[in-house]
Amino acid sequence: MKMENIRILLTYPVPEYLVQELEKRFTVFKFRDVASNPQLLGEISNSIRAIVGTSAWGADAGLIDALPKLEIVASYSVGFDKIDLVKCKERGITVTNTPDVLSDDVADCAIGLALATVRRICVCDRFVRGRKWKEGEFELTTKFHYTIRKTLMKSCKCDGGTKGHYSKFMSLNDLCLGAPLKVTRSGCSGGGISEKVHCVEEAIHLKSRGTYFDQKFSGKSVGIVGLGRIGSAIAKRAEAFGCKISYHSRSEKPESYYKFYPNLIDLATNCKILFVACALSKGTHHIVDRKVIDALGPKGIIVNIGRGALINEPELVSALLEGRLAGAGLDVFEHEPKVPEELLRLENVVLQPHVGSDTVETSIAMSDLVIKNLEAHFQNKPVLTPVI
Amino acid sequence: MAEDHLPQVLVLRPPKCFTAYETQFSEKFHFLKAWESPLPTTDFLATHAASVEAILCNSFTPITADILHHLPSLKLIVTTSVGHDHINLPECRRRGISIADAGHVFSEDCADLAVGLLIDVLRKISAADRFVRAGLWPISGDYPLGSKLGGKRVGIVGLGSIGLGVAKRLEAFGCIISYNSRKEKANLPYRFYSNACELGANSDALVICCALNDETHHMINKEVMKALGKEGVIVNVGRGAIIDEKELVQCLVEGEIGGAGLDVFENEPDLPEELFTLDNVVLSPHLAVATPESLSGLFHLMMGNLEAYFSNKPLLSPLLDE
Repeated sequence: MKMENIRILLTYPVPEYLVQELEKRFTVFKFRDVASNPQLLGEISNSIRAIVGTSAWGADAGLIDALPKLEIVASYSVGFDKIDLVKCKERGITVTNTPDVLSDDVADCAIGLALATVRRICVCDRFVRGRKWKEGEFELTTKFHYTIRKTLMKSCKCDGGTKGHYSKFMSLNDLCLGAPLKVTRSGCSGGGISEKVHCVEEAIHLKSRGTYFDQKFSGKSVGIVGLGRIGSAIAKRAEAFGCKISYHSRSEKPESYYKFYPNLIDLATNCKILFVACALSKGTHHIVDRKVIDALGPKGIIVNIGRGALINEPELVSALLEGRLAGAGLDVFEHEPKVPEELLRLENVVLQPHVGSDTVETSIAMSDLVIKNLEAHFQNKPVLTPVI
Repeated sequence: MAEDHLPQVLVLRPPKCFTAYETQFSEKFHFLKAWESPLPTTDFLATHAASVEAILCNSFTPITADILHHLPSLKLIVTTSVGHDHINLPECRRRGISIADAGHVFSEDCADLAVGLLIDVLRKISAADRFVRAGLWPISGDYPLGSKLGGKRVGIVGLGSIGLGVAKRLEAFGCIISYNSRKEKANLPYRFYSNACELGANSDALVICCALNDETHHMINKEVMKALGKEGVIVNVGRGAIIDEKELVQCLVEGEIGGAGLDVFENEPDLPEELFTLDNVVLSPHLAVATPESLSGLFHLMMGNLEAYFSNKPLLSPLLDE
């Protein structure tokens, strides 16, 4: 069946392989070209029969309304939160996604983020690249910095506010020579305490105790929010590290032997590393909120490979700044590609530009699935992976 | 003083474990602290250590023939490391000196870091983190694609407790495991290759988990790296000198191998300059075992070994001759 005349609107960005495969079969209009050219949009809007969307660009009500001949939205993603499903159902528009083929990659990314956060792999890499190893050992310098900051926050009588207190890093050498600690504090109005004395005491305590900062990963209790294909793949990998797995889901999975928590706060209370792996919907928007973060606690780590809006991002940021959460590994954010400024300076976070499924192998598999869904639809056969 | 009745243990330079747990250690043993003395080491030993039977050391304190010569009563070396390349083993054998090491205390942490480094290199985690922190995401749009772990053939060099831990973890990611070891191990589902070159030729990634000794020095050489190929990745959590570092750097710079995750180097903390600017390497300052939990486990093991020796019981984690 000849399909070259079928007109497809392609949102952006997608891998070159997908663009090529689409252009071999269909007439493709790239959204970025169309959006800046109202005349072209006017010409083609009556003939577009398919949209290929991504996790960044889907099909909202406005776009669907502008395309009266739209029959199918084939998303190059497993998430479909950017597609107005209600509108599509109304119009009888088929929606497909790319489940399964990317579950392994996203799970690998989740575990990679957890390891990088807990074992501080990126921080250590920056430390070595910055040629700091020759000046002194990693754990001595970093531990010292963190402990001083915590001490000040606990002892000062001012309310501190969300700015908190920031100490200046001092080298261990200077400390040993008895140099007074200089501390810069922002937002402090309470007079505080004699931070010099307090800090020197703390630092001496540090020096004699020996200093390791990293936490162990193996054997840590793991909580998974959403035990779907991706959540299950994460669980399987974490088990190989001796982690105990529990989960929270809309409903208990009888075939699973992991411990089920019907209440997310209970899950957070009972785990050290929380993986957020569920779909984004009205029901799961900001499902990880202040209460959940508090339940996870100051030794807890959050890894998000789902959607940014699953977590209340301002709450997450302030918890990290204030030491109410030990760290976070984040592949997704509420307003991608914008990442909260404060996170860019933190050492206890690992930040990724939404690359959970971004491998050469999987991008080909996802692209092939998009193509197969489109071909099936236009050949009047059942699509392979319908959402609705 | 009570400590006169406590058994003596010599410490040349304090391991982190000693510093962190000095109070607890000192309840049971009297430590001769060579590093606190103004005397040069051998003078200190000649003056104070003639009757010392035990020494507690880490992997950064070489126990040379000369040091051993100045310790005529030495019967036990307790090292806080898993590696023994810092100890003159033939001389110890000749003198009948026992060695106790860190046993399996570090195996999990070491395996965790090896896997973390491999994922980082293949999926570009540190590089992408740099990209985001530099504010490039809104400007440059997408980040280059990484490489999938599933289906990758991973060759493990040295299948001791660390290597086995790596194998078990990577199997869950869908990696296909094979290995090279001194001897083939029975009852394992992994394919054995009798030399590193063959292993390299049949692998997409090599993870180095073996000990450093005369046979393994520079075992990962140009030939092995060429066999591994341009897409190949090397992870090293063993010892720097197992890899010919100059050759590795050249291969990385020239694109003869795909990337590397390194926790150890030939001349720590001095690294070849070129490594600092390569995007496809992940660098770690010999921290594979640096977790509070491991340190605590190590303390208990070291204490246990010393207590066993001084009460004529078998060591908990002796280095056995193979």
